[in-house]
This record gives sequence, C-alpha cells and structure tokens, in this order.
Amino acid sequence: MTADAAAPKPRYQLEARGVRKSFGATEVLKGVDLLVEPGSLVFLIGPSGSGKSTLLRCCNRLEEPDAGSIIMDGVDLLSPRTDINAARRQIGMVFQSFNLYPHLTVLKNITLALRKVAGMSAADANARAMAMLELVGLPDKAISYPAQLSGGQQQRIGIARALALDPKIILMDEPTSALDPELVGGVLAVVKDLRARGITMVIASHEMNFAREAADKVLFLDGGFVVEQGSAEEIFSRPRQERTRRFLAQIKH
Amino acid sequence: MSNWDRFIFTFFNVEIATKYGWDILQGVAVTLLAGLAVVITGIVVGFGLAALRAAGWKSVNFLIIVFVDIFRSLPPLAIILVLYFGFPNIGIVLPSLVVLWVSLGAVLASFAEEIFWAGITSVPKGQWLAARSTGLTFAQTLRHVILPQAVRLGIPPLTNRAIAITKNLALGSAIGVNEILGRANSALSMSANATPLTMAALLYVVVFIPLVIASRALERNYHWGER
Repeated sequence: MTADAAAPKPRYQLEARGVRKSFGATEVLKGVDLLVEPGSLVFLIGPSGSGKSTLLRCCNRLEEPDAGSIIMDGVDLLSPRTDINAARRQIGMVFQSFNLYPHLTVLKNITLALRKVAGMSAADANARAMAMLELVGLPDKAISYPAQLSGGQQQRIGIARALALDPKIILMDEPTSALDPELVGGVLAVVKDLRARGITMVIASHEMNFAREAADKVLFLDGGFVVEQGSAEEIFSRPRQERTRRFLAQIKH
Repeated sequence: MSNWDRFIFTFFNVEIATKYGWDILQGVAVTLLAGLAVVITGIVVGFGLAALRAAGWKSVNFLIIVFVDIFRSLPPLAIILVLYFGFPNIGIVLPSLVVLWVSLGAVLASFAEEIFWAGITSVPKGQWLAARSTGLTFAQTLRHVILPQAVRLGIPPLTNRAIAITKNLALGSAIGVNEILGRANSALSMSANATPLTMAALLYVVVFIPLVIASRALERNYHWGER
C-alpha cells in the first residue's frame, strides 16, 4: 500500500468564484462565478463590455482580479505562493487578434515556449511543433512568417501555439471575430476536433450556431454579471431572463 | 580675377589641397575611431537603460529619466567644455578624446534610450499577453518577443540620431582632438585659405555615407515576410 492516497480528481477543471475586477472607476466584473468540468466546452456570450475578455484574462491571471478566487486544476492561481508561469503552462490562450510573433517563423512561434518554458531540446521542440501544425492542418507553413498568412491561418497557428505545451484547458477570446466569414469554418473545425479529443475549453464568442451545436454550457454575461447560464438548448431555445431574450433577438437580426 | 576664379581659389585650391591633404586625411582615422566608440557605447548604453526601465522599478526609472532628460537638453559643446576645462578644477583630468567620447556617448545614450523606450511601448500589448500566457517570464518575454520588435521600430530614428550626434565629433577641434575638422582648422590658419574646410566637409560625407547605407540595409533586414 502506498503511504499517500492518490488525490481525488477535482470536480472542476476551472473554478472561478466571486471574481471582481475594476479598471479605474469602471467595474467590469461584479462578482462572476465560472465552473468548468473537465473535458467540457463552455461558451461565454454577451454584448461588448460585458466582461467576457476580462474574465478569461483573470483565469490565467493576465489580469489581476480585485476579489474572488480562481482555482485551476486544484491550484489557487491567485495565491502569492503559486508559480504563475508554471501554472500558465497548463492553460492555453487564443486571442481575437491572433497575437502571433511577427518576427519569428510559424515554427519558432510554436517552439519558443517549448524551448524556454518546457526546456525541450531543439529537435524535440521542432517535432512537437510540427505535430501541432499537422493537427491544425498547416504543416507546410512552418517556415512562413505570420505576415504571409491569411487571418484564418494565423488563428489556427495561434491555436497550435496554445496547444503545444499540452495544456489542460484552453481559453479562447473571440477566436473568430476578426476573421472573414469564409475563414471562420476552418477555425471552428479545429475547435470541434479539440473537443473530440477531450480538451477542456472556455470560449467567448458570438458564434451562436457553433455554440448551439457544440457547447456543453453557455453563460450569458451582461454588465459584469452572469445573467443566466445553462445548457445550449436551455439558453438559446428557452431563455428565462428578459435581458437574455433581448440579446439573443439582437444577435439573430 | 573673376568671381568664379576667386571662388575656386578660395574653396577648391588644388595647390593647398595637395599641400595639406595628407595631414587632414590622417584625421579620418581619429574621426572613425571616435565615431565608432560613440555609436557603439551610446546605443548599447541606451538599449540597456531602456530594457532596465521596462522592469518597472520606480526609483531606478526616476534616475534614468533624470539622466536622459538632462543629456537630451544640454548642448554637446557645453558638456565637452565642462568636462575638459571644468573638471580639472575638481581634480578630474581627462584626455580630450575621452572627453569627446564620454560627452557624445552620453548624449547618444539618452536619445537612444528614449527611442528604444518608444519602441518598447509601441509593441502591441497583445504580444505581452500571448507570450506570458504560454508561461514565459517577464524577462523571457522582453528578450525574445518585445525587444526584437522594439529594436526594429527604433532603427530609423536611431540611425538618424546617431548620424546627427556623431557629426558633433567636429567639436573635438575645440579641445584639441586631432580629427578631421581640427586638422583642417590648423591648415586653414596656416594657409589663410578655405580649401581645407572644403576637404574636411567632403571627408565627413565620405565617412558618414557608409553609416547611412548600412542603416538602410539594416531596415531592409527587418521586413519579416512582408511583401
């Protein structure tokens, strides 16, 4: 018998409770709870300024919450004793404006963290990066620069970069909002593939159809509060709150 | 003598040119050496100060800003004269070449710091977010993601500024540095003819054109995949 029992698997991959955040005089998050089960896909919907981006950035402490707790896979992210750089290896992030490093090739964009954070050798890092590029369908772009790629391709590279460190959860902040409509499908296909692989994801997005298809849970944020949450079916077909109904009506037109 | 002949005699006198040409030419070596020293130390120190400022320690930043603002405001000649004629009164005696190097180096460093700092702050915040989100530390992000981009943004204003400041090497003639203008000045007083000055001017152009060309080549090197 081992002396220490195996720790029970946490019920939530991500447990954010009571998150508050102000920028100067503006309170953007007024006490938000976000509970994400492992392997699930959670959608955040809501108007601009509702706090979706801020909430996602609090979840990997790119923004410091003023109050609340954020526990990722059992680790208290807000504790001063937590090595936040180590914790961030487990959390991938994809951005609306892609944020690829323009001065590095696509391959180097992905291997930078693998070399410097994960300490991989050049050979291992390149191999892993190529595997990620295969996953998002762009292995032939390895030596291109971001400026030479379309928006959809850049975003798929962004996803590859986020995946490279093998994170337990991926946060996506409006991943398709900056893309031309015909490029959106390519990115969503990758997201679907990730979901099939069991990767936990939290996505802030306006892609309602995709949410309806793929989301396990949908949260509607407005004015810094979670106005309503439920399954995709509940939120889109049977919203309970008036504000939710109004928002969905606006989106449809 | 016609006006044209007088012009040629005064500024393009071949006889005077051959007589003093070699002497003035030897000033090129001094100008080049001093120029290289100023440009290298100025840019390296300026870069270091900007990178230090990015770390965000308030007391350090205060000192950096005070240094930078003072040396951007002072005329280089004033700094040179204070160091060369003033410092001996407090027991610090520096050779004229060192005075030139330190003065112009400090001026270039302060402008370079501001240029690099502007570059650093112009790098989009998204670059910080992306790099930190993958677990890179502040220092790693600065070194591998931010600074390369900041340097690229800084090259055009930096080369401009470096050329402008190193031309101040001519001020060395005021404290006895034997560079191009200093020697030309001696030739001027000995020959009572302005041709040495013309030669000095031409030599300055010859010395600095490579720097200008090099800076253009450098700018071209930073077009990362852009069409």
